[in-house]
Amino acid sequence: MSLAFKQETFRDDFTYRNSPENIRRFPFPFDRDEYMYSVNMEPHVKGRAGTVYENLIDVDEHYVSEMRDRALVLKEDPLRYQALPHMMSAQWDTLELLMEQQAAGYPEHFTLIRNGDQWRWINRPLGIDDTFTFGDAATLPYEPLEYISRQTQGDICIVDQRDGNLWMDAGMVTTQADWSLDFDIGMNFMEWHGPVPLAHQIGVFERALKFLLNLQLGKPVRRFNWTMTINPRLDTSPENYPKWGPDRTTVTPENVGEKVHLRVELQTLWRLPRSNAILFVIRCYLMNMEELVSVPKWARRFPRVLKTLPPELVDYKGLTRYRQTTIDWLSTHDDGAPTSPGFWPD
Amino acid sequence: MLVEGIKSRPVYKGLVLQPYARRHLFVLEGEGANALLDQADQLDETILSRSEVLYVARGSQGQGHDEALRRLGADMFFTAPTIATLLFRLKVSLSNAHMGTRLYIAGTEGFIGQAMTVALDLGMADAAILTEHRGSLARRVQCVHCKGMTEDVTQSPFACSHCGLPLLVRDHYSRRLGAFQGVNIDAEEPGSAPEPEELFL
Ligand code: HEM
Repeated sequence: MSLAFKQETFRDDFTYRNSPENIRRFPFPFDRDEYMYSVNMEPHVKGRAGTVYENLIDVDEHYVSEMRDRALVLKEDPLRYQALPHMMSAQWDTLELLMEQQAAGYPEHFTLIRNGDQWRWINRPLGIDDTFTFGDAATLPYEPLEYISRQTQGDICIVDQRDGNLWMDAGMVTTQADWSLDFDIGMNFMEWHGPVPLAHQIGVFERALKFLLNLQLGKPVRRFNWTMTINPRLDTSPENYPKWGPDRTTVTPENVGEKVHLRVELQTLWRLPRSNAILFVIRCYLMNMEELVSVPKWARRFPRVLKTLPPELVDYKGLTRYRQTTIDWLSTHDDGAPTSPGFWPD
Repeated sequence: MLVEGIKSRPVYKGLVLQPYARRHLFVLEGEGANALLDQADQLDETILSRSEVLYVARGSQGQGHDEALRRLGADMFFTAPTIATLLFRLKVSLSNAHMGTRLYIAGTEGFIGQAMTVALDLGMADAAILTEHRGSLARRVQCVHCKGMTEDVTQSPFACSHCGLPLLVRDHYSRRLGAFQGVNIDAEEPGSAPEPEELFL
């Protein structure tokens, strides 16, 4: 099925909205009425049509506008893209994987034609038709990772594996929940996770790292992370905190439905073939509360999750100022009925 | 965002001499000189003949250590007038260094961070570097907004010396930058920054 790409904004007038079909396929991350950190990883395999698991790299109606927003961010702050010199082989691995997956999932929009190391990449939604030599960065307009991540929804990190640890040595990060690639680049798994509360103490990161060090080629895994954002803003970077921080004070009982968004990250992790690095794709989905309550199960579940969230997580995710207002509004859509297990709408 | 007690804070394990190293490079700032002087009795002929000591005094603190350090009788000794000069010399010494060189860094956190950055950039392995924190607890802080570095920060919040925003000093630390992260503390309600506290004296 061909996608109808929306023209919309993630800044200034914030015209971003989800179509009813896109709400049904939203990756609601809560499989029960409460939430705590855990080593929540499962095989990243294809799922049902009409879900975000239909393809392994999901492209949706927001693709074109998200790519425009990324270009705007990069124009203001080119340091959102960085790669250390030893990551070139991993960059090519990533370009190959993302081209293959998008072409396989959406042949009407993307085509990859390979003739030895002469590759032709056609990206119809963005009007790109480029021929280049695989392995020769001089034949592309950007470094391979920057090139392909300007054409892929979601932030991307490539982590190098050495000395029994993972190192954040390359990335394109423009849609992040308040962390800085420029600050974190070169850090290891424990260091970049330093600011996260509670998870270190309960051993989450130790077990997750052990698991990832053994990640197998051809067996990607996925996990969810989530937070909340005021207005459908993709670029909630620490760099721009003075621009978006004040939004948190603007939530009122009247505008909760429109302003407050659930922000879900579908994170996928892939072992890369030549470099043995790991590709980490952080795909961000936004849905406002009005849209969320259009699915009755989610309308019941989400206020319950918010009510019981550990205070350390409320603080870390930056929900303090508007959590109660949001719970009050959502609770009028929660009739108290039990919810069914699992993520999916009933 | 404004969580305390972050785990990426570096741990400085102390200048434990590695007697079998082929070369010892000591890089000392201010009170950091004492990290070496305190174990002078362990410096035998062999170690001294393989040692190079680079030292920079720090304001009024640590003055006079240059004479004590010189008297140790290391193979090479250099007193730098400024940190920048010392780091330049360090670069040259490391570029000429052999495998089996151990680097020992002692001084304030900001100094350790800068010297580490030089070493890591030159491809030195983490395991070959020993560090010890001595002297003031002042921090080197990078403003996450304008990316400017402010040296010798003793208060939080403090005004960024480049863009002027009041910054909370987080414990989140980048070894590559050799700096802690500073984040605008009153971004959500400009003008609401609390009074500075002397936290890092
Ligand atoms: C190698 C891939 C990964 C990368 C590059 C990555 C990166 C990050 C970063 C940059 C943050 C933000 C930290 C901050 O506040 O500055 C974060 C948060 C977090 N990460 Fe990871 N991560 C990875 C894998 C994982 C895995 C496998 C887990 C599994 C348990 C995990 C669990 C978490 C949690 C629980 C948070 C806090 C999120 C929140 O509450 O909003 N991460 N991660």
